[in-house]
Amino acid sequence: MTAEVRPLCKPAEYKSDIKPVWCPGCGDYHVLMSFTRAFAELGLPPEQIAVISGIGCSSRIPAYTSCYGFHGVHGRSLALAAGLKVARSDLTVVVASGDGDGYSIGGNHFIHACRRNIDMTYVVMDNHIYGMTKGQPSPTTEPEFDTALSPGGTGLRPFHPLVIALASGANFVARAFSGNPNETASIIVEAIRHPGFSFIEILSPCVTFRPDEKAWKDLVHPAPVEATNDPGKASRRIMTDDGFNIGILYRGDRRPYQLHMGQASAELAELEREFET
Amino acid sequence: MGGRTSISVAIVGSGGAGTLTAGGLLLEAANAAGWYGILTRSVGPQIRGGEAAALLRIATEPVDCIADRYDLLVAIDWLNAHRFDAEITLAPTTLVIGDPRGGDAPPSVTAAMAAGARLIDIPMKEMAKAMPNGRANMIALGVTAKLLGIDRNVLSDLLRARFGAKGKAAVEANRIAVDAGYGAAAQIDLGARLDKPKKSTSKRWLISGNEATALGAVRGGIRFAAAYPITPATEILEWLAPNLQQLGGTLLQAEDELASINMIIGASFGGVPALTATSGPGLSLMIEALGLATAAEIPIVVIDVMRGGPSTGIPTKSEQADLNVAIHGLHGDAPHLVLAPQSVADCLFTTQWTVFLAEALQVPAIVLSDQFMGQARVAIERPADVAFIGRRLTATEIAAPYKRYALGGASVSPIAIPGTLGGQYTAEGLTHTERGVPTSGAADHRAQLDKRRDKLDRFDYGNHWATIEGDGEIAVVVWGSLTGAAREAVTQAHADGANVKLVAPRLLWPVRPEQFAAALKGVKRVLVVEQTHSAQFHRYLRAHYDLPKDVHVLHRPGPLTIGPAEIHRAIMDWSS
Repeated sequence: MTAEVRPLCKPAEYKSDIKPVWCPGCGDYHVLMSFTRAFAELGLPPEQIAVISGIGCSSRIPAYTSCYGFHGVHGRSLALAAGLKVARSDLTVVVASGDGDGYSIGGNHFIHACRRNIDMTYVVMDNHIYGMTKGQPSPTTEPEFDTALSPGGTGLRPFHPLVIALASGANFVARAFSGNPNETASIIVEAIRHPGFSFIEILSPCVTFRPDEKAWKDLVHPAPVEATNDPGKASRRIMTDDGFNIGILYRGDRRPYQLHMGQASAELAELEREFET
Repeated sequence: MGGRTSISVAIVGSGGAGTLTAGGLLLEAANAAGWYGILTRSVGPQIRGGEAAALLRIATEPVDCIADRYDLLVAIDWLNAHRFDAEITLAPTTLVIGDPRGGDAPPSVTAAMAAGARLIDIPMKEMAKAMPNGRANMIALGVTAKLLGIDRNVLSDLLRARFGAKGKAAVEANRIAVDAGYGAAAQIDLGARLDKPKKSTSKRWLISGNEATALGAVRGGIRFAAAYPITPATEILEWLAPNLQQLGGTLLQAEDELASINMIIGASFGGVPALTATSGPGLSLMIEALGLATAAEIPIVVIDVMRGGPSTGIPTKSEQADLNVAIHGLHGDAPHLVLAPQSVADCLFTTQWTVFLAEALQVPAIVLSDQFMGQARVAIERPADVAFIGRRLTATEIAAPYKRYALGGASVSPIAIPGTLGGQYTAEGLTHTERGVPTSGAADHRAQLDKRRDKLDRFDYGNHWATIEGDGEIAVVVWGSLTGAAREAVTQAHADGANVKLVAPRLLWPVRPEQFAAALKGVKRVLVVEQTHSAQFHRYLRAHYDLPKDVHVLHRPGPLTIGPAEIHRAIMDWSS
């Protein structure tokens, strides 16, 4: 097989020749860099990786990789990825989303993807804003944040994705910061290696509609304790931290969704017997 | 007195009375005795309680529809029978069997009696009480089987097969009840006699439309399904779940229909032919993703087992009113396939052919079945095998740069399956270039719209696109599950000396104007028959096909069906 003698790809070889639509300074450039570094470290051939996304700035990422990709409809990337992984367990499936795509329109799928625990990695680039539609509040926007669509702020409590992931059964939970691409890459590597559904919330600043998020680089800090395998303990820590604890916060040992495609036990012609009289 | 070629029976009872069990066993018994038949159901919305009707037609030839009027109505009780007044039409010749202690007969029965129908009382409940584990529905089954002339031994054998696993006592209790029914009906004359069954040489099947759909799907190559439970499509999923697993495939239960359709798009992107099954409310939720599959050129099959709509509508009863949304529901110009099976048996063929077409054309396809066909069970000859198996044009030897959406040729461009070296691309819902790179340019937009239109328009669908039978100046144009009733009406009209043609498109989208014009050549009058309130099919025909000046439309919303006698009457009134 020629595949066995191919040299491993370097990070740059996981990038496509398509120029991103992102604004200069967008955190998502660094996430792309983390993806390519992680894929290179794992030594995965690009054609064995599928990057699946929905709609939004972050969801543009598949085409910027040299992997197989799917840029689907808004909010449904996890469902599409579930179908792909169950049908093709040989592929490495990475899902990319944002706080609007993943937590608002795709919120229900998030809960059920955690429950289902299919072996895939879910990366949400969270910038607390809808960037592509020019600055509306997302589920993680602070209640007092003023926008044209929500004058004076929404007054709504922000969504807590990491805790919801834990409560719903995700098997690996981490928080990362786009500005530290090496650290993020190593978290992605761990997430892909971990069996079951791995969830990484990446704080990825929107420099255009949330210039205040440039300050995140000074606020983030490594999580002070090691990851736990106790979801209750992990939840309590996350509920009480400052939102800038970076690192792997939970490694579970739930059995992943059992994939059994390809193991036929009957011939097609046998199936009609039940109709014979 | 000469025998009849078919006899129609309705068995009604309150929910839990075992009405549908009795109906199912009667169909099996008639099949075992050598006849053919169809059993469809009408039930209320309740899971338990409520009302149920088993509607049967037993015949000397395979039948695809129920009759306009019933020869025999058996009421296990009358508690909720009035709810079927409009659906079960009685004639002055109808024999009604009822339990005098099972409530009062509804107005439809008293009206039929005033016109001459006979009502005979059999105290089924009381008789059942006197037996160990006696069940009134099994007495009703015995009564009905006796009146149809089914040999008692045929039923005994069936009871042993059906209840054997529950032990000898269960078989015996049911046999005693059925025998009591035979005894109670010994002196009753149905007033009609079914001709003796013809000798059948080929294998017989008992199958429902939903089962036939599922079997057709796997025969066509479907190995992945994702779905959300919904009446009246769930039987498709419940058949597929274990059987796909046996074939090395799988079914994934989704959290909603938005997920299920995206799951099958994902599986199909991975190279595995994929399907979902739903009903109107689910189809509405799937529309956005159907557009994605159209734009990204991912083959998928969506079965819509239509029920009364809009909104939650009538989940348990049939209607053909999803035609508009199936064809026109998608935003943008989104060419896709819409097909409709024409009978329970045809659910197998049409679904298998649809899988073939979707894969060949890399396009989403909607199959419009309906509750009537989906939940009807028929005794038929084993359907002939067909060779349609889904095979898509895949990219294997790939020269860089790979153009997933390449223009030219037959407009179907080779698709790279993940894992294929050099074929990496991003399947794209945004308007894209040949490589799949997002663009908002006018030329690329136009080019890809042309590509997706042309691949469907230029394909040779062969003769299966429609059923065209007979010849004459009148054509009955019909679709879906009403085709069987229309065929019987046309056959009867021929016997009456009227020359009538049957035209029933199986492929509803894209339209076939040339073929349709050829089908209507020489036709001066068209009778359109459909089960919708707003005559959706008629409007569809008007929009896309040339019809002669003289057009009649016979349409009504569900759940009332349109029977062969009514269509025949519409033809004859007009042709004379």
